[in-house]
Amino acid sequence: MADLSIDFCGIKSPNPFWLASAPPTNTGEQIMRAFDAGWGGAVWKTLGDPIVNVTSRFGAVDLGTYKMMGLNNIELITDRPLEVNLREIREVKRRYPKHVIIASLMTETKEDWRVLIQKCEDAGADGLELNFGCPHGMCERGMGSSVGQEPKLLAEITAWTKEFAKTPVLVKLTPNTGDIVEAGLAAVAGGGDGISLINTVKSIVGVDLDRMVPLPRVGNASTNGGYCGPAVKPIALHLLAALAREEGIKIPISGIGGISNWRDAAEFIALGSTSVQVCTAVMHYGYRIVEDMIEGLSNFLDEKGMKSVNELRGKAVGNYQEWGDLDLGYKLIAKIDAEKCIGCQLCVTACHDGAHQCIFTGNEEKTRPPHAHAHGKATPPTPFPIGKIAGPRVPWVDEPECVGCNLCQLVCPVSGCITMQEVPGGAADTWNARVREGRNKVPGGIHD
Amino acid sequence: MALPQDRLENALDDKKPTFSESEARAEAERCLYCADAPCIKACPTEIDIPTFIKKIASGNVRGSAKTIFDQNLLGYSCSRVCPVEELCVGDCVYTGWGRDPIPIGRLQRYATEKATKPEEKALFTPKARKDKKVALIGAGPASLACAGYLALEGVEAIIFEKRAVAGGLNTTGIAPYKLHAQDALHEVEWVQSFGVKIETGVEVGKDHLTGQKLLDAYDAVFIGVGLGEDTKLGVPGEDGPGVVGATAWIEEMKLHKKQGEKLGHVVVVGGGNTAIDVARECALLGAASVTMVYRRSAKEMSGYAHEMEGARVEGVQLVESAQPVGFVRSAQGELTAIRVARTEGGKNIPGTEYEIPCDLAAVAIGQSKLRALASEFPGVEVDARGCLKADPATGRTGNAKVFTGGDCVNGGKEVVNAVADGRNAARTLLAAWGF
Ligand SMILES: Cc1cc2nc3c(=O)[nH]c(=O)nc-3n(C[C@H](O)[C@H](O)[C@H](O)COP(=O)(O)OP(=O)(O)OC[C@H]3O[C@@H](n4cnc5c(N)ncnc54)[C@H](O)[C@@H]3O)c2cc1C
Ligand SMILES: Cc1cc2nc3c(=O)[nH]c(=O)nc-3n(C[C@H](O)[C@H](O)[C@H](O)COP(=O)(O)O)c2cc1C
Ligand code: SF4
Ligand code: SF4
Ligand code: SF4
Repeated sequence: MADLSIDFCGIKSPNPFWLASAPPTNTGEQIMRAFDAGWGGAVWKTLGDPIVNVTSRFGAVDLGTYKMMGLNNIELITDRPLEVNLREIREVKRRYPKHVIIASLMTETKEDWRVLIQKCEDAGADGLELNFGCPHGMCERGMGSSVGQEPKLLAEITAWTKEFAKTPVLVKLTPNTGDIVEAGLAAVAGGGDGISLINTVKSIVGVDLDRMVPLPRVGNASTNGGYCGPAVKPIALHLLAALAREEGIKIPISGIGGISNWRDAAEFIALGSTSVQVCTAVMHYGYRIVEDMIEGLSNFLDEKGMKSVNELRGKAVGNYQEWGDLDLGYKLIAKIDAEKCIGCQLCVTACHDGAHQCIFTGNEEKTRPPHAHAHGKATPPTPFPIGKIAGPRVPWVDEPECVGCNLCQLVCPVSGCITMQEVPGGAADTWNARVREGRNKVPGGIHD
Repeated sequence: MALPQDRLENALDDKKPTFSESEARAEAERCLYCADAPCIKACPTEIDIPTFIKKIASGNVRGSAKTIFDQNLLGYSCSRVCPVEELCVGDCVYTGWGRDPIPIGRLQRYATEKATKPEEKALFTPKARKDKKVALIGAGPASLACAGYLALEGVEAIIFEKRAVAGGLNTTGIAPYKLHAQDALHEVEWVQSFGVKIETGVEVGKDHLTGQKLLDAYDAVFIGVGLGEDTKLGVPGEDGPGVVGATAWIEEMKLHKKQGEKLGHVVVVGGGNTAIDVARECALLGAASVTMVYRRSAKEMSGYAHEMEGARVEGVQLVESAQPVGFVRSAQGELTAIRVARTEGGKNIPGTEYEIPCDLAAVAIGQSKLRALASEFPGVEVDARGCLKADPATGRTGNAKVFTGGDCVNGGKEVVNAVADGRNAARTLLAAWGF
């Protein structure tokens, strides 16, 4: 079995799976149950001066019958007295010395940071996470994402904390910024030992159309909140990869955002995460999901012949390139497996209305649309495909016209029915090469 | 017309109750929204199924019901009585894929039932009255659909029904676990709310209302009389207590028999859907035993396989390749048994006769055709089977003013076929009149 343990800027963790700072890490009692379930670490619900919360606090986007594809919250940092939290941190560390406890912190003045950091480290925290990401409530008070959005401020406050901290400092970034690299470099400049990202995406999750109040509703009003869960994973992956491939950022990254299972986690690690943090999936299904995450990740590593999770880290970063360096000569076309096709013809509609008008039905020649690149009529394949399930309803691809965009494969409900197959394309070429060599003029432009 | 609640049929509950909102949405979300969807083609009224289902998924139940009613005004009763396994659901792409198909009928029930609740705002507003009037004969699904569509366009529509209740077999014949008579009558009332008039207790051809009178007084006539009496076996001992025609017994059970009535040993003769229905109804009502006697093999039964499967699960025994030769009665004339002979290729094998004891025998071997009515209307022809001749796409007969559809034309299919015919006749008339 592959070794899942990690070293995050000196913090040792039995596995890369940490709970993100959020309701699942509100209390010591919860965190101890999470450690029993298998979580390697937990970032404590953000500490500071206790706040007052509103009711209600959460809203969600359901996708069909899948509940909580995206979750939005307007909750603030901990509402429990600091002393109670510190007592519980001490207790958890005493009982679970090998597990990681990171104290998430948010406060204002330099003096406040000093006291808060000292108290948390005295209680036994293994590290600190600076919450520069919360996009609701706290930012209006000059904290949270209002810091994360100002690189200068971010670097300055990080530097203050480094003056006082004996344990590693992780800077938690907000995705609500124009340039994540700027924020990442500011964290490095301030002396941060690691980066956590992403915090939630600023959002309004919906509107109650009877009351005309945005959601989640607090009496007759609402406010913008933070969005997370499976829906934000692609945003998080991009921001992570942007930092991971940045020369100036060598410190480890804790990836967060929409991680629900081992596969999501593996993707984050492949794009440069050292540890991963989870909030929504645990709020949805509980701590028990970590069992599959541990098992699934180690099976995957075994399958790929990797001895340690560290071998996976960053493996896909180098293949994240600029558009201009992609190979313009590479070509794919769609192939439909007549045996698997169920005849729903979603691919036909999708291709005709949303792509390149090159999937047809029926065993006769078809007139190509006037804008087609290929000449003459589209001819059905011979022999004409008669499916085991769909009979004569199996569609066919006008291959010369197919641009290999993937859309049909994405809408097809039967897995493995439409595959994208590599066909001989042009010679290898890139846009950047064309620009360098002055071959980048495409006819039909504004001045033609 | 209000029916008493303690009718025997009300002892049987819906086999497929209405979906809750979350059930309906969950099932609706599973629909793939197929292009050129095969389920639509398998529906005799060609309801735009993916569209109505997606509207349920989005919470637009009113719009969903409208989509259904545009093609099938009796979409509510159809949702409950259609043999969907043989129609839309049978052709759902999930079926071929070997997965649970979309429960189209139950989703249709959800939308139509919810959108036509009395507390909901009326779904349709009939157009202003035009100077055309149509008489319809028989208040079954064919005429109701035809009259309803006409009335919505402002045409005066009046239905003459020989029975005391309207609705045709929807009220008098459908198995109670699919549709109870009171629900069929609610649908009739809903159609009446568009302005359709129904005169019950009037038999056209008798009761001094001749075909000629209708032709004189109306711009067009629609014949939707369905089928006639149960066919008899014509074997000794048949006349007398204990031997009943299947549809006659079902009508009694649905409308008149009271709860608490006990059923003894029942034999059902026949292999069609009416035979299976009556057998299942008796079994579910607690009969001591139910035996179906069919003259050919089970494979050759005209009743649906899924219905027979259900019957077996409910305890119905099937005696294949046997045929009644007579009924046995006590000295007092009470039925004690049915005498059957084994058959081969539908023919009796001599010397194989035996008795199956029973106290009730339901004969379900078909219904007569109401061919006499055709002679009321010059030009309307009858085919060799005794069915009225009509062009299926338009409902036209040999008489330019007379239209027809439903069981009296197709010899006995489903409610949905009758609705399609009635709707097509209405569309033909409306187009001819330019409405
Ligand atoms: C026992 C049984 C169970 C069935 N179960 C199903 C089922 O589960 N699903 C399904 O889809 N289909 C079922 N069917 C078939 C379905 O009921 C019929 O196909 C459908 O009702 C036909 O409609 P219709 O309007 O043509 O005729 P009907 O429903 O038969 O209506 C004809 C009406 O005309 C009246 N009438 C007749 N003569 C005259 C006259 N001279 N003057 C005035 N009125 C007259 C009759 O009283 C009757 O009310 C079943 C049929 C039977 C017999
Ligand atoms: C209800 C709720 C409260 C949260 N509170 C905090 C917090 O106090 N401090 C913090 O740094 N992040 C907080 N977060 C953000 C999460 O730690 C995490 O960054 C985000 O939810 C993305 O991860 P996910 O997609 O796994 O949920 C909160 C998230 C939620 C849903
Ligand atoms: S999840 Fe728990 S705290 Fe939240 S509303 Fe429900 S019962 Fe109350
Ligand atoms: S989407 Fe897939 S299953 Fe549906 S018709 Fe196209 S190839 Fe067949
Ligand atoms: S065939 Fe099935 S999945 Fe496709 S549109 Fe019809 S009901 Fe939906």
